[in-house]
Amino acid sequence: MTDAEWIALRDRMARALPAGAFEEGPADGVIHVQPRSLLYVGRYLLETEGFDYLSNVTGVDWLAEGEFEVVYHLYAMRRGARIARGEDPGGPLGPLVLKVRVPRERPVVPSVTSLWPSALWQEREVYDLMGIRFEGHPDLRRIYLWDEYEDHPLRKDYAPKED
Amino acid sequence: MSEQEISPEQLELERRGIFLTTVEGLYNWGRRSSMWPMMFGLACCAIEMIATGAPRFDLARFGSELFRASPRQADVMIVAGTVTKKMAPLVVRLYNQMPEPRYVVAMGACAISGGPFREGYAVVRGVDRYIPVDVYIPGCPPRPESLLHGWMTLQRLIDHQRLKDVPWYGKDGNTRERPIPLYGAHDLELPEER
Repeated sequence: MTDAEWIALRDRMARALPAGAFEEGPADGVIHVQPRSLLYVGRYLLETEGFDYLSNVTGVDWLAEGEFEVVYHLYAMRRGARIARGEDPGGPLGPLVLKVRVPRERPVVPSVTSLWPSALWQEREVYDLMGIRFEGHPDLRRIYLWDEYEDHPLRKDYAPKED
Repeated sequence: MSEQEISPEQLELERRGIFLTTVEGLYNWGRRSSMWPMMFGLACCAIEMIATGAPRFDLARFGSELFRASPRQADVMIVAGTVTKKMAPLVVRLYNQMPEPRYVVAMGACAISGGPFREGYAVVRGVDRYIPVDVYIPGCPPRPESLLHGWMTLQRLIDHQRLKDVPWYGKDGNTRERPIPLYGAHDLELPEER
């Protein structure tokens, strides 16, 4: 995403969304969203801005801060939305990075599967390895490790079993 | 033939066109000259195993070109690759389904010890924790030449087996079934030994 694209997108979002729905992140193309407004911001990005492709969902364990972070990478693959606005269609727009932080004691994030079905397996992976629960996911089971397993091995405080 | 001593009398007979052998020598020669591997691979080592079976390296020279898709028709299990904890019970089950005499070749660092994934949470630290291994082939992955060397090592091992010593022969034959590990809450767990 070029500087001009990012500034235009940011300004449109600031006008369209209520104050406090999102905050600008430390870098271009990164926005922080509160868990409660994730679906609202996501729906705006999907339906109005044309971010129709969720390429990646992953988790970060900020152990020292006592928080988990879920990171989403979005792309606008269809050019129609930009052509309708009279912009240069160019290539796909992105990535737009969404970051959501939740406390480690209660790691619950709303699921975005209703907006982007590609989140189905990726949220299962984050749940499997980090133990973050996605509210509203239709089938939140472990995807790699076996069902009887109880640990979440990508958490920073996980210690593998010695033998 | 096997690496057995050939007596002067036998040499003399062979010169006259009479060939003698022992039942054991013939039996082992037949077994080691047609070892059928099981057709399964777990990771990148399987690619080298496939290359070994292809014409350039030609495992058929050893009578082993027939990769069997059923454990019931296989003589050798080549554990070619990373044995994840999720896969380990299935590997043991396949081993148990093979008929005797059966052999296991641990191919590559992962099958031997867990390799680069040894410190992780998902990989078995050596397949010999669950099934008995006859030949270890180090490498990451081992080249086809290494697998062929391991194959010849296994042939030599079979040549030296005595029918009166092997555990699987005769009416007291021991099938050496291995306990299948269970998926536990934190790791694989072995069922209680009977």
